[in-house]
Amino acid sequence: MRRFLTALFVSATLAQGTGTLAQGTVPELAFDANADLLRTPANIFVGEVGGVGRNSQGRIFVYTRTGHPYATLGDNRTFYRGGSRLFEFDASGKFLRELGQDVYGFNTAFGLRVDPQDNVWTIDQSASQVVKFDSQGRVVLVLGRKPEAIAVRPAAPPAGGAPAAAAGGAAGGGRAGGAPALLPGSGIPGSSFSQPTDVAWDRAGNIYIADGVGTTNRIAKFDKDGKFIRQWGSTGAEPGQFNGVKALAIDAQGNVYAADLGNKRIQVFDADGTFKSQFTGVGMPTALCMTTGPTQYLYVSHVGDQSGMDDATIYKVQLDGKVVGRFGSAGKLPKEFGVANSIDCRNENELLIGEMSNWRVQKVTLKK
Amino acid sequence: MKRWFGLGFAACMLVSLVQPGGPVAAQNRATATNVPVIPHEVVPDFFKNAPGIYTGENMGIATNSKGNIYIYHRAYETRLFEYSPQGVFTREIGRNNYGFAFAHSVRVDAQDNIWAVDEGTDMLVKFAPDGRVLMTIGRREDPVRMLVNMPGAGVYHGRNEKYKFGRQTDVAFDQQGNIFVSDGYFDARVVKYDKNGRFVKAVGTRGNGNLQFNTPHSIATDFQGNVYVGDRGNQRVQVLDNELNWKANYPNVGNPWAVCVSGGPGPKNPGKQYLYVSNSWPDSAPAAAAEFTGEIYKMELDGSIVGKFGRGGKAPGEFATTHQIDCRDPDVLYTAEINDWRSQKIRLKPAATRPSSTN
Repeated sequence: MRRFLTALFVSATLAQGTGTLAQGTVPELAFDANADLLRTPANIFVGEVGGVGRNSQGRIFVYTRTGHPYATLGDNRTFYRGGSRLFEFDASGKFLRELGQDVYGFNTAFGLRVDPQDNVWTIDQSASQVVKFDSQGRVVLVLGRKPEAIAVRPAAPPAGGAPAAAAGGAAGGGRAGGAPALLPGSGIPGSSFSQPTDVAWDRAGNIYIADGVGTTNRIAKFDKDGKFIRQWGSTGAEPGQFNGVKALAIDAQGNVYAADLGNKRIQVFDADGTFKSQFTGVGMPTALCMTTGPTQYLYVSHVGDQSGMDDATIYKVQLDGKVVGRFGSAGKLPKEFGVANSIDCRNENELLIGEMSNWRVQKVTLKK
Repeated sequence: MKRWFGLGFAACMLVSLVQPGGPVAAQNRATATNVPVIPHEVVPDFFKNAPGIYTGENMGIATNSKGNIYIYHRAYETRLFEYSPQGVFTREIGRNNYGFAFAHSVRVDAQDNIWAVDEGTDMLVKFAPDGRVLMTIGRREDPVRMLVNMPGAGVYHGRNEKYKFGRQTDVAFDQQGNIFVSDGYFDARVVKYDKNGRFVKAVGTRGNGNLQFNTPHSIATDFQGNVYVGDRGNQRVQVLDNELNWKANYPNVGNPWAVCVSGGPGPKNPGKQYLYVSNSWPDSAPAAAAEFTGEIYKMELDGSIVGKFGRGGKAPGEFATTHQIDCRDPDVLYTAEINDWRSQKIRLKPAATRPSSTN
């Protein structure tokens, strides 16, 4: 399975992905971007942006890989801590405060969403946890359990012939490229995740977790209090199967859109997990965002390489899968995107794009 | 047989624990002879930290156009400090950013941006003079990979990827703002990027031929855009042109841990440029090697030797494993030294050159 993913990733990278293929037919959307949005005090650094989201007041929340993942030497095992932080900014990008200081499960930021009640949900890849903070910053719900300790491998093999797969695997896009899958303690059905990637809610407040890019290819559904309801999905390429569930979005009718990264498609399910439809043409879908207007659109970030320098764009898609247009390409300059792992589209034409390899959030304004 | 392998393996691990400096097994005596000695003096106790502020292993040192000095060092954490031109600690830059894990070098570009080269995260982090992050190159490995498969000592892999390094060692800039990276311990190449961080070219494999490297450890450019690589394991400075074609080897100055071309990063000025090369006392401070290492060579850009100064040791004015040199002013050098957790300010007296009594 991993081998398959690796091959897929490599070929996508070499061929410059589907973005290039689509280039001739997909309209370019005109846009401006502010790449210098977030302003932090001198001792606070935003690193790789796992997730960005706005609340109803326009406040910006950023869950970012920054500082250091630490190992703590125990008597018989090695434990880990740190590596990610949660920051709050005002609508103009001015730093306001930090939330979740030194919490147990802030290790490898992978996503962030703000729900309709302005709760902030963080998704952590290595803690395999989804944590809900209320608007005061208190922890009100924890889904999943952090693996207890680090698995230590024997010494590295001799020099030479390191497979390209080992090099290609990296964060952001997640599993494509062969990121090792198994975290100890993970993968049990219920609220035990394996590198979860995203969270979404329906109008009743039910919680849907994309789980994820580790060993589990499923979507797990919980009620608003965190009680497990059901799950669906398995590993594969058939309808209802996934090859890395990287992102979720739910439309006003309660349909669930899942970014099936390795299969390079979006699958659509009803609220009970019954497969409804699927569409492709959006590259390797890495982040999703559903707009909230009367006519809903889906923004899809395509990430074709983990350096963020070769193959990327963001698509605007109708809910039937028809691509409206696209904007942006890979790179480090303003209006370029370095592994866009997160999109906020609370305002349909003024997006926030969280980037992993460029350590920033860009505010994108689409021109009408 | 199996048991024997196991023992051998354990011994290897032990060696790698006590001697983490990479593939350089031993520092060599420089082959150049009859090298004049340049008198030098140290400015005593130049760097002054406030109480409670300590530097650890001083890996990198660089000045900006205003004379401020940056030291990138390994303390409790890897940290980047700024000092005034008088050597007084003024501030810290980049604390707890995601790119700092294990310092290796620091350079300042022509716009006074500060570039930290970190071999723990395989990243370059470019800071504006005010300390904001402007750009990064390279990506820190996904922590998830580490957590499920914790790396051991690590090995040379030679992956030669466009945007990922293998314990890269140093960075330099030409007058157009192109970026040159020496990479490194686990790769063996020089990589060129444009000023926007976009990959242009990479050359090098592991070996001792031309355009091959064995731990390219330090890198510098001259105003013409030529690139000087401290090819440490091969006991030579390898000179490349701006397109990374091979030009020359300077094989007679020992194992170059640090190379520096005087004159600063630009803009180009009419001052004559010199190349400084340190045949550093190894980082494990072997007593015997102190007798024939530690000296720094002053060279013409064509490789001819002007003179040398210093020797391995921990007394002021001796060099305790010079890891980086700043030579913006060719007569006032700063040395970052691993072994005595220090940096020094050194004044040269070029007019007083006299023949060496030992070589």
